Amino acid sequence: MSTDTVQRDLNTKDISRTKRKLDARGKFALVFRYLALTILLVIAAFPIYIMVINSIKGITGVSQGNAFLPPKKLDFEAWGPTWAILREPMIRTLFFVLQSSIISAIIGSINGFVFAKWRFKGSNVIFTMFLFGMFIPYQAIMIPLVQFNNNIGLSKSIYVLVVAHVIYGIPICTLIFRNYYAAIPNELIEAARVDGASMVRIYLTIILPLSIPGFVVVLIWQFTSAWNDFLFAIFLTGGSPKLAVATTALNFITGSATTVYYGNNMTASLIVSIPTLLVYMFLGRYFLRGLLSGSLKG
Amino acid sequence: MSYFVYGMIGWTLRLSFGRRTNAWSTDDSFAGLSNYTGLLDDPEFTHAFSNLLEFTFVFIFGCLLSGLIMALLLEKGIRGEGLFRSIYLYPMAISFIAMGTSWRWLLDSARDDKATGINMIFQWFNLGFLQNDWYTSATGSMYAMALPAIWQMAGYVMALFLAGFRGIPDDLREAARVDGASEYKIYRHILFPQLSPTFLTVLIILGHISMKVFDLIYGIAAKSYVTKVLAIYLWQVIFDFQNFAKGAAIAILMLVLVAIVVVPYLRYVNKSEDARS
Repeated sequence: MSTDTVQRDLNTKDISRTKRKLDARGKFALVFRYLALTILLVIAAFPIYIMVINSIKGITGVSQGNAFLPPKKLDFEAWGPTWAILREPMIRTLFFVLQSSIISAIIGSINGFVFAKWRFKGSNVIFTMFLFGMFIPYQAIMIPLVQFNNNIGLSKSIYVLVVAHVIYGIPICTLIFRNYYAAIPNELIEAARVDGASMVRIYLTIILPLSIPGFVVVLIWQFTSAWNDFLFAIFLTGGSPKLAVATTALNFITGSATTVYYGNNMTASLIVSIPTLLVYMFLGRYFLRGLLSGSLKG
Repeated sequence: MSYFVYGMIGWTLRLSFGRRTNAWSTDDSFAGLSNYTGLLDDPEFTHAFSNLLEFTFVFIFGCLLSGLIMALLLEKGIRGEGLFRSIYLYPMAISFIAMGTSWRWLLDSARDDKATGINMIFQWFNLGFLQNDWYTSATGSMYAMALPAIWQMAGYVMALFLAGFRGIPDDLREAARVDGASEYKIYRHILFPQLSPTFLTVLIILGHISMKVFDLIYGIAAKSYVTKVLAIYLWQVIFDFQNFAKGAAIAILMLVLVAIVVVPYLRYVNKSEDARS
């Protein structure tokens, strides 16, 4: 597991070298690269473009002829009613997502510290078993989990999702923190140890203050994946409207109608995507680090 | 935590050997392997399984190809790289359920005068003969379904490859260039061999995502027969038919599929790490 991925951004390469005068062939290659990149850019941006332009054409304003074009005049008619339906589920989602990401980040940080700096016999085997929990298809634990929640009386509250996301989020959080802490020099910890500090004290006074960037990475990762999660949401809430979260409420809107109102559906999808898109826009760098360090080997 | 992972897997395993085939059953006796052998005779299961294989193949191939192309175009550094990169990667931040709306519309099967989505774009370019049924087609549905999946994951693959490229010291490339190697040869003989661990990582990540694919398909086609995969079928078996024993058997099979992909990899990573420290 590469140790430097959390620190390593995909730093843009120094291109001063390429500023030297290009010959005709080099120019052609550069134009070709830009052209290819732009085509890919258009393809990548297209689905969200469709979503945005069609959400501002009113509920029934989307027609076959105008679907690809921006509207002639802005019409936010579809936003009001859609937001009215989504408001409550979105607040509920925010509530449980924040809790589960904070709790799993704290546990992940402690675990990561133990696995990175407190090597004990068999810690590698345990760590590997830990990691496997990150890859399992959650279907393999879903029936018992539903039973378990029924038994402890959790199934009627939103905490059912907090618990699920904390438990099954711990492996990835641990992995990211472990990789992050592995880059902290052992000498630092040895020195503190020689001075008589306990492992708990070392964690609190040395490791934790250094962990802020790690926390940002993990929190963003957990926030995005819990917000976008559909599998746990639909299995554990059983589709109960009282426990509807962003994705299940959205699926209820877009998946149920016999007549499809694309103006409505696109608006709803866009509203549900806004929180994660905002996080991505402002903290994309950390999102990327999470992706890279969550991949074991970069 | 180990209880919630391994304990519950054990529980599911136990269920899969049992007889609780409807919601009211409290029959805890063993049924042996009958739930598993029953799956082999279940045409819906084999259909879902072959759909999944088809999807996996197209998905992995498409992601590798498009991700690698993006990484190659960006790898030497280019003005505006940050912008290109963030646009390529943003699909990862949006839920499959939300993007399903856009894709359902882009992949609409109506043709000619009624066409919307991609079928309409084909007509603009006089490529009307390319119009097709996309995810509702009886034969090509999984290929169509792989498109949004590739769209969503290609940026991630690009990021992994780009990180791989940037991890290779520039001196290596410079040295080869001084020795007179062509650009093609530099990639073929110097850069790509260095990327083989990245290739492996990408394959494993895509493989295990593909085995589990659920929301993406559910968001676009719900439980439609032609695009059914294991996760969708399992959902039906558990919720619509309340057949827990059979659902558990499918879940265990999914777990085995993922384990076949992931466990050797985890061991390999573990070993190479031990070698390093």
